[in-house]
Amino acid sequence: MVVTIFRALDDETRRLVLDELASRDGQTLFEICSTLATRHGLSLTRQAISQHLGVLEEAGLVMTERRGRSKFHYFNPAPLAEITRRWPIPERTDP
Amino acid sequence: MRIELTSLFVDDQRRALAFYTDVLGFTKRHDISVGDDFWLTVVSPQSPEGPELFLEPADHPAVKPFRDALMEDGIPLAQFAVDDVEAEYERLTGLGVTFTQPPTDAGDAVVAVFDDTCGNLVQIIAMKPERASST
Repeated sequence: MVVTIFRALDDETRRLVLDELASRDGQTLFEICSTLATRHGLSLTRQAISQHLGVLEEAGLVMTERRGRSKFHYFNPAPLAEITRRWPIPERTDP
Repeated sequence: MRIELTSLFVDDQRRALAFYTDVLGFTKRHDISVGDDFWLTVVSPQSPEGPELFLEPADHPAVKPFRDALMEDGIPLAQFAVDDVEAEYERLTGLGVTFTQPPTDAGDAVVAVFDDTCGNLVQIIAMKPERASST
């Protein structure tokens, strides 16, 4: 599981997708594609972005939900806690 | 060559006519019985001479899988121009319309996407005034 999280995060496009979902949660594939193109100048194919979303979903970082007849993507930060569980950030003790 | 008519498949022509006129505010142009269906078109009151939008019966078997796939991914099948996307979003939401994408800054324009209740997603767009004049 942890390996999947690190692999999922090891890609700038996937990190941008998480940035965009973190700033506005619940987006369709169409909206994610247009946002990556207009805000970040990324001209990936819809299939490529769909595959990136698949990796993020596999890692548990993106959840999908059907509303009506459309599918929406949500950011799920919960798996990120695994990082600080494994390497806790020590409380700074200022002298 | 001119574009005078374009079309959208709709689940039910009568329900579509109600949505496109009562909710969106278009005007009925043609409503002629053809067999079991209708030659049913609407126009914008801002350009009553057209182009016309034909609300076409969606009974061909290829239409459903095609539209279902596009709708799942949030892809609009038509785009209408408005003066103010935010104002239309407020107005249409108040009338019970569901948006799959709220007003979003798209660089030169503001866009939003709603469900037309007839099997299509529709994008509304307003060009930003400062950019529209320079292009």
